Amino acid sequence: MGEQLAVAGAPMLALLNGFIIELRQAGLPVSLTEHLDAMEAVKHIPLEDRAAFKYALAATLVKNNAHWRSFETVFEVYFSLRGREYAVGDELADLPEDLLDELEQMMSGQGDGQMQGGGGHEALSAEELAEMLYQSLLRGDQSMMRAVARQSVKRFAGMEPGRPVGGTYYLYRTLRNLDLDSVMNRLMDQSRSGRDDEPLTPLEERLERDEYESRVEQLKQEIEAEIRRRLVADRGVEAMAKTLRKPLPEDIDFMHASRDEMKLLRQAIYPLTRKLAVRLARKRRHGRKGPLDFRNTVRHSLSYGGVPAEPKFRYPRPAKPEIFVIADISGSVAAFARFTLHLVYAIANQFSRVRAFVFIDGIDEVTRFFEGTEDIVESIHRVNTEADVVWVDGHSDYGHAFETFWSKWGKEVGPKTTVLILGDARNNYHAAQSWVIKEIRHRARHVYWLNPEPRSYWDTGDSIVGEYGTHCDGVYECRNLRQLEKFVDVLT
Amino acid sequence: MPDGPANEFRFDSVDDVRDRLRKVDYLSDEGIAGIVYLADRLGKPILVEGPAGTGKTQLAKSVAEITNARLIRLQCYEGLDESKALYEWNYKKQLLRIQASKADGDSTGWDQIEEDIFSDDFLLTRPLLEAIRAEDPVVLLIDEVDRVEVETEALLLEILSDYQVSIPELGTITARQIPLVFLTSNNTRELSEALKRRCLFLHIDYPDMEREKEIVLTKVPDISESLADQVARIVRSIRQLELKKSPSVSETLDWARTLMLLGVEKVDAEVATSTANILLKYQTDIAKANKELSNEASTVNRAAK
Repeated sequence: MGEQLAVAGAPMLALLNGFIIELRQAGLPVSLTEHLDAMEAVKHIPLEDRAAFKYALAATLVKNNAHWRSFETVFEVYFSLRGREYAVGDELADLPEDLLDELEQMMSGQGDGQMQGGGGHEALSAEELAEMLYQSLLRGDQSMMRAVARQSVKRFAGMEPGRPVGGTYYLYRTLRNLDLDSVMNRLMDQSRSGRDDEPLTPLEERLERDEYESRVEQLKQEIEAEIRRRLVADRGVEAMAKTLRKPLPEDIDFMHASRDEMKLLRQAIYPLTRKLAVRLARKRRHGRKGPLDFRNTVRHSLSYGGVPAEPKFRYPRPAKPEIFVIADISGSVAAFARFTLHLVYAIANQFSRVRAFVFIDGIDEVTRFFEGTEDIVESIHRVNTEADVVWVDGHSDYGHAFETFWSKWGKEVGPKTTVLILGDARNNYHAAQSWVIKEIRHRARHVYWLNPEPRSYWDTGDSIVGEYGTHCDGVYECRNLRQLEKFVDVLT
Repeated sequence: MPDGPANEFRFDSVDDVRDRLRKVDYLSDEGIAGIVYLADRLGKPILVEGPAGTGKTQLAKSVAEITNARLIRLQCYEGLDESKALYEWNYKKQLLRIQASKADGDSTGWDQIEEDIFSDDFLLTRPLLEAIRAEDPVVLLIDEVDRVEVETEALLLEILSDYQVSIPELGTITARQIPLVFLTSNNTRELSEALKRRCLFLHIDYPDMEREKEIVLTKVPDISESLADQVARIVRSIRQLELKKSPSVSETLDWARTLMLLGVEKVDAEVATSTANILLKYQTDIAKANKELSNEASTVNRAAK
């Protein structure tokens, strides 16, 4: 309780200050008003209620759900050591006593005689821990999972003070030792044999599996939290906050996005393309008045006795923008390409006329894969398997791809067309054929190039983005959503 | 902030919010209850965001119900403007007033008339102004705020931060009490920073399985515990698939009701497939969900043989 009092006073303010500074470091836009709101909010929340405390901070500081992940990480680091039940104990005693007792009873209750020797304050044996793990997952008991997580981290992670290894390493070691796959199998066997009158139907089987998987996921989170707690205790809050900092979705590098991050990106794309569409539409609506409509003016002049008092104008008929997307999907930009295809798909849903082309050293039109399907995963799969993009060896050859594009589809590029080229321009020292870009630019409204590489890598090695760039209306570095959004602003 | 009798707090604690919401059949979780409580204490609006059909609007309605407040609702749409959201002068009545004074031949000076026609009597209040001027407790719900254009959002700013409306001809009207304000958004576009800064942010996601089961139990009369459990489990599994539109809570409830009507006691693959169109609204999604279930079936069957 003494600690709680201490926390409530000035240290609390300092802590909150540090916390918010760290949030800003992580890229979250926290304004001064929000900072003040947060300080006001925590006054109304009982501090020992950790979850409520977290929600209070989140409600005042995080105004975008995509930022939640970053917030949560920082929160866990900053507040992981506060509060009684979260303090790091070195002994097994940090397992709540009643829980141990219960465990003992449970095990003996099952007639598992040999287990009885364990428990108490001695270290659990490996079998006991395994049994405990199994039981905690079987019952889905939160506090038991936490206990298991603590025990297994202590036992398996092999954490040493001051060792400069990240949390993932420890996580990997712990999980490898727990062998969750076989526990999973055992759980499934248990539910299968649990009802011997009839076997599980496939649906039930699936539901059971989903249930256990979500529990395993919960356990993993507990383990991660435990590792983080210990790391913070070892190395201090500031250092850990820096190490564990997770980029916001808009700062994730397309080229190095993990699977989870890819998912975040996909969710963020849709609002972005809508923004693009809305902005273009608005431009159309608020556009200037068109030229004088002579016939209409004369007709209206009749009601003024032949005086053309009320000039009438034609409604502007703004061109519907037509977009050509030409994307490199070779190995060097594979991650980016996957993202690109999502983007193309999203754009295609917002604009009436979008044509998509992909190339490696050959080029193929893939518009048809996006049309009439609502399943993005399938269309991307079809692009990757069915599109005819390999000409010789499957290494990017921008020159040949552009040449083919020009001879096959060049005539269809018109004055309404905006051409977007996506690629790193790493041409494997083939001929550049940059005249094609020049020609396209003559015909098209705009030609833009988006390059997923950092600007400092441009024109190094076999990158010839500079050569192509001279013929484009603009070449933009496009490594994350923030930059993409900036480009969208330029475009409209 | 204006003082007044209405500054008494509506809730005693987070648990109080939660219990009272439960009484009107709204099952909140810790986050929801906590933020409603905070909004009351801090006198700030709540911006509620999340997928469609997770009970965002219902939250505002339920809060209105438990606080015995009148719900004033402003449905946003593209093209919403001041005269629809804030206030409007009653032109026709103003004209009548002017003409009447002419007809009577009274010698009221123009100044007098002007003062007359720009008075309260000629003001048509729209939802926002109505909420501000209300004498009785109100809950203001600004629904689907992401549908208005960015420029129109600015209309809301004065209300949200100071609970007042400035009318050039009348001056500033300040709220007699601070209403609870809910804004909902489906996140189809980014809201402006200025708007977000003034609000507490609440993201309502699909509920976890336990909560969904409880929701089904409270909202669908006479449903058996085991059926509710199965419904919640199946919906969770379906949400894990990559779908165009995941089933929302309201769709879960519809499905549960349908199963009740059909007299189903135990959901097997066949029932699930034949009623999937209630949960999922896109043909591709239905096909995918069905494929998932039947695929599983074939592999397991083979394993059994």
